[in-house]
Amino acid sequence: MTRVLDVRDLRVSFPATAGGRFHPVDGVSFSLDRGETLALVGESGSGKSLTSLALVRLVPPPGRVDPGSAIRLGDTDVLALEGEALRRIRGRRIGMVFQDPMTSLNPVLTVGDQITEGIRAHFPVSKADARERARALLQEVGIADPAGRLHAYPHQLSGGMRQRVMIAIALAAEPEILVADEPTTALDVTVQAQILELLDELRRSRGMTVLLITHDLGIVAGRADRVAVMYAGQIVEEAPTLELFAHPSHPYTQGLFASVPRITGPVTRLTPIGGTVPQPTAWPTGCRFRPRCPKAFAKSELPPELLTVGPEHRMRCWLAEGTTVRG
Amino acid sequence: MRAAAEAIRAVWRTPRGRAGLTFLVFLVLLGLVGPLFLPDPFRQFDLEGLASVAPTMDHPFGTDQLSRDVLSRVVTGARISLAVAGLAVGLSVTLGAGVGLVAGYWGGLVDAVVMRFVDGALAVPRLFLLLLVLAVPDRVPLVALILLIGTTGWFATSRLVRAEVLRLREESFVRAAEALGASRRRVIFRHLLVNAAGPLLVAATLGVGDVILLEAGLSFLGLGVQPPTPSWGGMILDGRPALEAAPWISIFPGVAIVLTVLATNLVGDALRDAFDPRGA
Repeated sequence: MTRVLDVRDLRVSFPATAGGRFHPVDGVSFSLDRGETLALVGESGSGKSLTSLALVRLVPPPGRVDPGSAIRLGDTDVLALEGEALRRIRGRRIGMVFQDPMTSLNPVLTVGDQITEGIRAHFPVSKADARERARALLQEVGIADPAGRLHAYPHQLSGGMRQRVMIAIALAAEPEILVADEPTTALDVTVQAQILELLDELRRSRGMTVLLITHDLGIVAGRADRVAVMYAGQIVEEAPTLELFAHPSHPYTQGLFASVPRITGPVTRLTPIGGTVPQPTAWPTGCRFRPRCPKAFAKSELPPELLTVGPEHRMRCWLAEGTTVRG
Repeated sequence: MRAAAEAIRAVWRTPRGRAGLTFLVFLVLLGLVGPLFLPDPFRQFDLEGLASVAPTMDHPFGTDQLSRDVLSRVVTGARISLAVAGLAVGLSVTLGAGVGLVAGYWGGLVDAVVMRFVDGALAVPRLFLLLLVLAVPDRVPLVALILLIGTTGWFATSRLVRAEVLRLREESFVRAAEALGASRRRVIFRHLLVNAAGPLLVAATLGVGDVILLEAGLSFLGLGVQPPTPSWGGMILDGRPALEAAPWISIFPGVAIVLTVLATNLVGDALRDAFDPRGA
C-alpha cells in the first residue's frame, strides 16, 4: 500500500468575536492509501467540509490552518506550498467535487469551457486537443452526446448531468485523489446511486483514491473501504467499513445507526440523538459528546484519546478502556 | 459573447428597449454616413449677409448666424457627442472594473485604501471638478476632454464591480475553479468579471446618457468641445443670443440631446430588467 495522503493533527481556526480563536476542525488525523475510498462521515458543523478545503488550502479567510498541523501529499508538504506551486497541486493532485452542482458551475461559461479550463490549467495542450479531451471526459462520466454537450450551459442540464459535469471537471487534470464533498446531497435518490456508482467505477478504472465526505451513513456501506466518523471537529471513530457496521462502538456512532431505519431485523422505533450539535465557538470540555451521551460517566470529563477497540478500529471514548480488544 | 447577444435580444423584446435601440442605431448610422450626403458643416452659404435663415428645402433645420447648415452640424455633432461619450465611458468602465476587481479580490488594506479614496472622490461633484480643470487652459483638445471625463467617471462603477466581486467570491463555482487550479488571472477575468458583466453593461449604457449631457453642458459653458468643431451643447450656446429670432439654431441640437439621452436610458432600463432575475 502506498500512502498518498497523510493528515496529522489538522487544526483549522477562525478568529472569535470575543477575541482568541475557535477551532471548527480540532486535531484531525487520517491517511489515504492508493486506490482506497475513505468516507468521512459527520453532521453539518462537524468540520468535515473545512477539512476537505484545508487539503488544498482553500479555507476561506479569516480562517487558517494552525501551526502544528501537517498535510503530506506523497512527498509534498502541502502547508509549505505557496503561489504557483500550490496552484499546481490543486486539481492536478487533488480533484474536488462539490456538493451543489447548481452553484458549483459557472453559469455563464459552457460545459466545454469549464472542462478545458481545468485541462489547460495543468497541461500545455492546444485548445483543440483540450476540447477533444473534454469530450472524452464527458463520455467517460456517462453523458450522452458528449460532443454536443460541450456547447451546453449549466442551466440547460439536469442536476444529475451537472454533477457528472462537475466530476468530469474534477477529473480534467487526472488527479491522484478525488475529494467528493457531499456529491449526492442535492440529487434525487435514484440519481444518487448512479453518481456513487460512477465515482466507484472511476476510482477503479483510473486507480484513484477517493475521499468521500457525507452525512449519510447509508451511502457509505459497500462503497467505502474505511469510515471515519467526525463529531465536533474531531474524528471520534475510525474503522474498516464492515467492522464499523458490525460493531459501531462510539456512543455517537451507535446513535447515528439507531437513528437510521434498518431493512433487516425486527421493527423498532427510531431513536434520535438527543440535544443539538455543539457550536464550534464553545466545544464542550472533556468528551465533546458528553452532553448528549447516554453512556457518559465520570471519566468523560477528561478529553478522551483515540483508543483501540478492534482490528484497525479506534474510537475517542473512555469506554474503550473497559472493553477487551477484539481480534 | 453569447450572453451579450442574449441581452440585446431581451432588450429588443421590450417596446421601450426596441425604441431606444432603434434610435441609437439610427443615430450611429447617421453619424457614420450622414455627412456624405449633407453639406459641409463648416461651409458658410451666405458669405455677405452672414444671416441665419429659417428651415427650407435646402436647409431643413435652417442655418445659423454664420450661415452654416444646422442639419449638417447636428449630424456632425452626433459623431462628436457619441465619440466623446463612447470613449469616455469606455475608459471609465475599464478603470472602474479594474479598480473594483482589485479591491474586491484582494480585500484587506488595498480594498480599504482604494475604497476610502473612492468615497472621497464621490463627495466632489463631477461637474465642478471638471469646470475647475477645464477653466485653466485656453483650449482643451478633444482627447484631453475625453480623458478628463473618463477619469472622473469610474468611481461609482468601481463600487458596483467591487460589490459584485464580493458577492461572487462566495459563490461555490469560484471556489471550485480555485480548487481545480485555475490561475488567479482566470479566476478574476473568466469567473468574476464575466459574471459581473451584466450590471457593468447597464451602468455603461446609462453612463453614456450621463456623459452626453455632461459634455453638452460643458460645451454650452464654452469649456467642452471647442468651436468650430460642432457639438450639440456648443450649438445651443451659439443660438442663445438669437433664441427669439432664430430658435431653430438651438432647438434642433437640443432635441437631439433629449432624444439621445432618452434612448440610452430606455436601453439601460431594459438591460437592467433583462439582467434582473426577479423580473420586471
